[in-house]
Amino acid sequence: MKIHEYQAKEILRGFGVAVPKGKLVASAEEAVAAARELMAGGKPIVVVKAQIHAGGRGKGGGVKLARSPEEAGEIFKKMIGMQLVTHQTGPAGQKVRKIYLEEGCDIARELYLGITLDRGTGRNTFMASAEGGVEIEEVAAKHPEKILREGVDPVVGLSGFQSRDLAFGLGLSGAAVASFGKFAAAMYQAYDATDASIVEINPLVVTRQGEVIALDAKINFDDNALFRHKDLSALRDADEEDPREAQAKEHDLSYVGLEGNIGCMVNGAGLAMSTMDMIKLAGGQPANFLDVGGGADEAKVTAAFKLLLADPQVKAVLVNIFGGIMKCDVIAAGIIAAAKQVKLDVPLVVRLEGTNVKEGKALLASSGLPIINADDLGDAARKAVAAVTP
Amino acid sequence: MSILVNRDTRVVCQGITGSAGSFHSRQMLAYGTSLVAGVTPGKGGTRFEDKVPVFDTLSQAVRETRANASVIFVPPPFAADAILEAVAAELPLVICITEGIPINDMVRVKRAMTGSATRLIGPNCPGIITPGECKIGIMPGHIHKPGRIGIVSRSGPLTYEAVHQVTQLGLGQSTAIGIGGDPVHGLNFVDCMKLFAADPGTDAVILIGEIGGGEEEDAAAWIATNYRKPVVGFIAGATAPPGKRMGHAGAIISGGKGSAADKFGALRKAGVHIASGPHELGTTLRSVLKA
Repeated sequence: MKIHEYQAKEILRGFGVAVPKGKLVASAEEAVAAARELMAGGKPIVVVKAQIHAGGRGKGGGVKLARSPEEAGEIFKKMIGMQLVTHQTGPAGQKVRKIYLEEGCDIARELYLGITLDRGTGRNTFMASAEGGVEIEEVAAKHPEKILREGVDPVVGLSGFQSRDLAFGLGLSGAAVASFGKFAAAMYQAYDATDASIVEINPLVVTRQGEVIALDAKINFDDNALFRHKDLSALRDADEEDPREAQAKEHDLSYVGLEGNIGCMVNGAGLAMSTMDMIKLAGGQPANFLDVGGGADEAKVTAAFKLLLADPQVKAVLVNIFGGIMKCDVIAAGIIAAAKQVKLDVPLVVRLEGTNVKEGKALLASSGLPIINADDLGDAARKAVAAVTP
Repeated sequence: MSILVNRDTRVVCQGITGSAGSFHSRQMLAYGTSLVAGVTPGKGGTRFEDKVPVFDTLSQAVRETRANASVIFVPPPFAADAILEAVAAELPLVICITEGIPINDMVRVKRAMTGSATRLIGPNCPGIITPGECKIGIMPGHIHKPGRIGIVSRSGPLTYEAVHQVTQLGLGQSTAIGIGGDPVHGLNFVDCMKLFAADPGTDAVILIGEIGGGEEEDAAAWIATNYRKPVVGFIAGATAPPGKRMGHAGAIISGGKGSAADKFGALRKAGVHIASGPHELGTTLRSVLKA
C-alpha cells in the first residue's frame, strides 16, 4: 500500500526521524496562514508540494517555491485540481487533491537513502548514494558501484558501525556523521515497526549546519502485514488508486488494471501472468491481471466476475482455472451467480482443469449461459482474441 | 526414484482442523500419503476423520508418531510461528502452503533457520509430490503419473499445467515441487536442480520461473556449468508492467531488475530449451527428448 509524502513524514517524525516542519492545507487561505507560520523568524521561502502517489513531481510542476505567504496562496490556487503528469503517472496524469506546505531548508548536499528487502540475502537492506535527488534506478543501472549497501540482521537491528560505514562512504564528516547515524537508526525503527516494504528518502539533505534531514519521503507498506496495523490501513487514499483496483481490494482480490479489452479471471499469480502473456502472443491485449487466489469461495468468484463485467473496457472475458486448492465447481457456481445478477453481454471463454473439473463443467453446461469452451491455455487465448476481433 | 519425499515419508499437518487443512488432509489421505498426525492447539486427543491423531503441539506429534515431514495450513498471522515450531522439532522437511505471510516474518524465520538442517519449501506454494507415493500439499493428485521428469516452479497452477502436459505425453513425474511465490522463501531453483541432478530417477527437468528477483538467473548460471540433463524452461510475466506487484509478493519488476526478458535470456544462454508458452511445455519436452 502506498501513502502520501505528508503521511510518510508524519510517521517518520513519530519515530524521531528528522523532517522539515510542514502542514497539509485545504484552501488558499489556509495556505497563506500556514506559510506565514512556516516563514516566521524571517525564513525566505516556503515549499508548496502537490500530494499524489507518484514520484517525479518536481519536474512535472508539482513542487514550487514561494517567497511570501501570498505567493503560497497563489501557487495553491494554480496547483489544486491540476492534472500532474510525471514519468510515473502515465500520460493522463494524476489530479492534485491535496497540497502540503513545508519550510525551506539550507541545503549543502543532496543524498539518497532507502531501505527495502534484498531478496538475494533475505535481509532488509539500506541503500545509500551520494547522487541524491535523481532516479536511483538510473544510478543503479549505470553506476552500481556508487550505491552503498548494508544488510540489517533482523535480530540485532542496525548496528552503529553500519551507519558509520554508510556515512563515511557518503563522504560525510564532523557533526553530520552522528546526525546521519541517528537518522538511519530511527528510519530503520520506522521501517521495521510499520512493516514497510520500502522507506525511501530522496533527497536526503545535509544542511550547512551539518544536520541530516528528509526533504522528501516515500513509504510503501507490506499488504500482507496490514492486518496488524489497522491505524496504517486508514491512511489509504482511494482517490489515488485505479477504481477497479480499489474495488478489487474490498473483496480481497489480487487485481492490476491494464489497458486492453480482454478481462481475465485466473487462479494463481503465475498462471494469471501467463494468461496475459498468451493473450498478447495471440495478438490481443489483456484488460487486467486478476488472481482469484486459492481459497476463494463462490461469493468471491462472483465479486471477481462482476468486477470484470463492470469494466467498460472489457469486450470479452477469459476464465482460466487450473484447480488445486481452488475447486472448479466453485468457480462455475460463482460465474453462474454473477451472470444472474448482472447481464453477461460479452463473449465468455472458459477453460477449466483440475480439482472437481467434471462437476464444474457440468454446472456450466446446464446453466444455459453462452459459453465458449476452450481445451487449453493456447486455445483459450486464441478464442478470446477472436471474440474481440471484429 | 524421486527427491525429498517418497513412500517412507511420514507427514504431520499443522492446522489440520482448519478449512483448507482439513480439505487437503482428506485429499492427501485419499491419495495414499502417510499422514500420521495433525496439530491444532487445544484439540489434542481427538482424531481427524476418526483416524489421524491430533496433538496440541508439534513436538508431541513428532515424538509419538515419528513424523519426518510437516505441511503447514496455519493462517498467515501464525504461520511463521508454525514454521519455527517445525524447525525446533528438527523435522528434516517443512512445506508451508500458507499464502500472505508478512515479509518481515519470513525475514526473521530465514535468520532463525541459519545453521538448521531443516529444509523449507514455500511459503505460498502448492507443495511437493512424488506421484504414486506421497503427495504433500494442494495439487490435484489425479493429473500426476509416476515417471522420470522433474518439475520445479514458483507458481501453483503453472506447475499443474506442466504436470498435466507431461502426463498426457505418456511420460510422468519423478517429483514435482512448487517453491512458492514469496520474496523470502525456503528451497530455491538451484537447490532443487542440485537434488534433481543427483537423482538417477530424473531424466529431464521442467523449470518454470516468473518475473522478480534473480533466482532464475542463478539457476541458469548453475545449469550452465553443472547440469548435464535436458532442461525445459518458461518464465511467466513477459507482459507485466514494471513496478506492479502481480499477485505474488515476489512477482514485481523493480529497479529495472527481474524482467522476463532477462530471465529468458539467461536460461537460453545456459542451454535451457525455452517453451514459447506454458501450453507448450510438454511439446517442447517431447521434441528435446526425441532429439
